Amino acid sequence: MRIGKKMSEKIKKVSVICAKGSLEDVYAALVMTNGARMEGIEANLFFTFFGLDAITKKKMNKLHTATVGNPAMAMPGGLPFPTLLGSLPGVEAGVSAMMRKEMDKLDIPPVEEFLDMIHAAGGKIYGCKLAVDMFKLKEEDMYDDIEGVITIGEFYEKAAGGQIIFT
Amino acid sequence: MAEKTLAGVTIEIDDNGYMTNFDQWNKEVANALAKENGIEELTQKHWDVIEYIQKGVKDGVNLSIRRIGKSGVVDIKTFYELFPDGPLKKATLIAGVPKPSGCV
Repeated sequence: MRIGKKMSEKIKKVSVICAKGSLEDVYAALVMTNGARMEGIEANLFFTFFGLDAITKKKMNKLHTATVGNPAMAMPGGLPFPTLLGSLPGVEAGVSAMMRKEMDKLDIPPVEEFLDMIHAAGGKIYGCKLAVDMFKLKEEDMYDDIEGVITIGEFYEKAAGGQIIFT
Repeated sequence: MAEKTLAGVTIEIDDNGYMTNFDQWNKEVANALAKENGIEELTQKHWDVIEYIQKGVKDGVNLSIRRIGKSGVVDIKTFYELFPDGPLKKATLIAGVPKPSGCV
């Protein structure tokens, strides 16, 4: 029996768009793209607007999760996380660092290593031209193994024939 | 539970085609499973990966592509080249071990 034989129609290609720069949004995009490659699915990953932080060298390994305006935020143990506490200096950084540590325990790689894995797996990583221009990012500011900075039109060309996922 | 005969050996398999009794595994069975999954010939590099996976399962290691990439046996790019279209799924199937359940 071949792998996947039972499924009626296998997904052949996905193009994931990551438009937000919070830890959880970026990881959703990374897991979905890498997971596609793990299943033998062709995968593109397109970063735009604040999602570009994930491929900006200085920021990629220091992404934060929001401690204010995040209703799902809870204290360790499940108690509600007071919004006022989340607004104190250093709290968001501390919470984010703790989350990164917990992920590491689960063998989830840091952002840069995750991108390396996707690249090694044959996944294609792109930046959005409009957002790169807007944030005045230079090539040397960005993760080395992106395929290029492309327009939305080029993105649709590359996504042709597959599914598009917006995280 | 289904059975099928490969390379003269009757093997028990689960719904996804993974062997459920490792005692029935041998290199000829692995070769036949590889062929069924689009790998014409298992090279030494394939065998190195298969052995690493079998040892990992025996030792209770949670196998992931990341861990295999760091094993020193094979890098991630080569792993994908050796076992195209889903390296961890294919390599574990050929190695006769259960399908890994991780998301990364």
